[in-house]
Amino acid sequence: MSDATITPPREFLKPPVTEVGVLGWLHSNLFNNWYNSLLTILVLLALWQVVPPFFSWTFIDSVWNTPAEVCRDIDGACWSIIPKNISFILFGFFPDGQQWRPGLAMVLLVGLVVFSADRKRWKKSLGVYWLINLVVMGTLMYGGVFGMPVVETSQWSGLPLTFMLSLFGMVAAYPFGVFLALGRRSKMPAIKTLCVIYIEMIRGVPLISLLFMSSVMFPLFLPEGVTINTVLRAQLAIILFTAAYIAEVVRGGLQAMPRGQFEAADSLGLNYNQTMRLIILPQALKIVIPPSLGILLSAFKDTSLVVIISLYDVLKTTKVTLSNPKWTGYSTEAYIFLAVLYFVCCYAMSSYSRRLEKELHTGR
Amino acid sequence: MEKKPSIAADTELRPSAAPFFRDPAKRAIIFQVVALLLVALVSYYLYANTQANLERQSIATGFGFLDKEASFEIGESVIEYSAADSYAKALLAGALNTIKVSFVGVVLTLFLGTFVGIARLSSNWLVAKLAAGYIEVMQNIPVLLQLFFWYAIFYESFPSPRQALNPVGGVFLCNRGLIFGVPEAHAAHGMMLWAFVAALAIGWGLHRWGASRQARTGQIFPAAWVTLGFCIMLPLLVWVFAGAPTAMDIPELRGFNFVGGVTVSPEFSALLLGLVFYTAAFVAEIVRAGIQSVGRGQVEAAMAVGLRPGQVLHLVILPQALRVIIPPLTSQMLNLTKNSSLAIAIGYADFVAVTNTTINQTGQAIEGVALIMIVYLFFSLSTSLFMNVYNKKTAMVER
Repeated sequence: MSDATITPPREFLKPPVTEVGVLGWLHSNLFNNWYNSLLTILVLLALWQVVPPFFSWTFIDSVWNTPAEVCRDIDGACWSIIPKNISFILFGFFPDGQQWRPGLAMVLLVGLVVFSADRKRWKKSLGVYWLINLVVMGTLMYGGVFGMPVVETSQWSGLPLTFMLSLFGMVAAYPFGVFLALGRRSKMPAIKTLCVIYIEMIRGVPLISLLFMSSVMFPLFLPEGVTINTVLRAQLAIILFTAAYIAEVVRGGLQAMPRGQFEAADSLGLNYNQTMRLIILPQALKIVIPPSLGILLSAFKDTSLVVIISLYDVLKTTKVTLSNPKWTGYSTEAYIFLAVLYFVCCYAMSSYSRRLEKELHTGR
Repeated sequence: MEKKPSIAADTELRPSAAPFFRDPAKRAIIFQVVALLLVALVSYYLYANTQANLERQSIATGFGFLDKEASFEIGESVIEYSAADSYAKALLAGALNTIKVSFVGVVLTLFLGTFVGIARLSSNWLVAKLAAGYIEVMQNIPVLLQLFFWYAIFYESFPSPRQALNPVGGVFLCNRGLIFGVPEAHAAHGMMLWAFVAALAIGWGLHRWGASRQARTGQIFPAAWVTLGFCIMLPLLVWVFAGAPTAMDIPELRGFNFVGGVTVSPEFSALLLGLVFYTAAFVAEIVRAGIQSVGRGQVEAAMAVGLRPGQVLHLVILPQALRVIIPPLTSQMLNLTKNSSLAIAIGYADFVAVTNTTINQTGQAIEGVALIMIVYLFFSLSTSLFMNVYNKKTAMVER
């Protein structure tokens, strides 16, 4: 124990500066070998070429809220196209002075979606809130009461139309999709064949062909004198399309159910309906919540296709704005605005779906 | 006092024939018959309505219109086509345009997607984050919006032919599209193509022979490298023997436009860019998931038995990763093909766009939509056929 007295008071050696702090992080993440160092330098050079010009185009040389004439003389982005046309881009042909109605409806919808995101609130009462909200939103949009003038569905356009087509497309398609999935797993050959043909056929063709069907073929199907407006027909096409994809997702959930669940239900003497309703579907549908959100996400993106059959969703209203000679030539700015709008919605949905997947993964 | 079960009671307990609505087998038959009847009824109702409507609007049914003169022009076509040709030929030109953009798109998407997917896993923080950002942004913006964006870039941001950008000699970029020089047509090119095909055939034979020899003797034959050599050398030899033609067809500015060379139209370029950038983001995620699905233990075990890094990748990681990658990858390729139908929105004459024009001119809506569905169903059914074969071939052999 005499050694201890001889050794001078020890100074703890700090790790080298290249291994901790900012330098350490740089060393281990960007410059850990010659190859990565080279890569980092090349990427930084490329970014240096792209980012500063883009930045000055976007923020420095740009104008934000000026008349269209000012834009002709500047080098940067003309963001003025957005604030000057925002009410048409968002709400389309909804009558002037009444646009607070779709605005309020959108706020209610987004509020409720955010409210529903918390899993602690997934109770029966949430369904009631949704029903009430839908009625309120429908009243706000359609009007006819409390002194609000009636606005026909043909005038519903812009963002409300985008939200409506995707949300109702999903909600109405879900039960249909579940039936298709059950039918596909059925032991009855005729039912199974019908469902397989439907699902595979719809999944095999592009959505645009169904939208064409709704716009040019559907009127031929109806008896003389009966017409359905374009928005509803497009909605129907989106429902029929989405249902096939939901069916495949739900089928995945059904297939993931262990045989023991079916056998246990059988041994309890439950019949087919009871087995499905009480045992299988509650478990299977829980598994497929995240992929279902994925379908809602693609339905949301796909509604932009209604542009092609001349429905005024938010993409079409933007295109109409751009066809105004005053604002022609600022497509990049307008499309970037829309891209940001879509990105915010879709990114929120996809990251929520990923979080939910982790939370719901309770293991077996 | 114990009661002996009487014979009468015994017969009572025996299950009597259930009424037919309690017999699952019979019930199933009734249920199916009802379902089929319902479908038939609805179909008949729609059919009757359609017949009545068509008669009232005096539209002839059937595919007779295909032989008539189309009398509309198609912007670009792989085959010779003029407005005097029949609808059938117009539709064929459209279908070939769809195949063209899908094929080029699939090839480019595979390259870009694999590249981004690997970059996503890079140990370089900057590269990995850039790849992740690319994936998030591209996946979350509708592909149609991306198409409009690229199309607007071509038409609004690129200069007119007179001020065309000229990044490399012989390549011009302007609002008429991308124009570049190509070797002048020469008989040697066809022969070089055949030489390339022959090289592929030889390579396939060598691969078979190498595999069987390895199974017999354990010696490895580098079939891939030899095939690559053949693929380069054979066409090159043919080229040299044909007199090594080097004449180039360089585009030239005459008046307001370019003459000569090959022009890639803004429509085609915008469609291609949009589809490739969008789909590549999904492919990148698939590639990443596939590579990550191979357990670390697999790599360590392969290194422990003494395989070189190249062999580890080729013999251990890729075969397992590809099994995970290929099925979703084919469905993405199919998505790209289906999304190419959005061409109609930016005026590229793909099959859907040509059919739409046909419908508008002839009023043959049902036949037109049916044709679209048949063509795309053909693509998707042949893809799933391929998938089934592939899955069977690569299915994991389990204990």
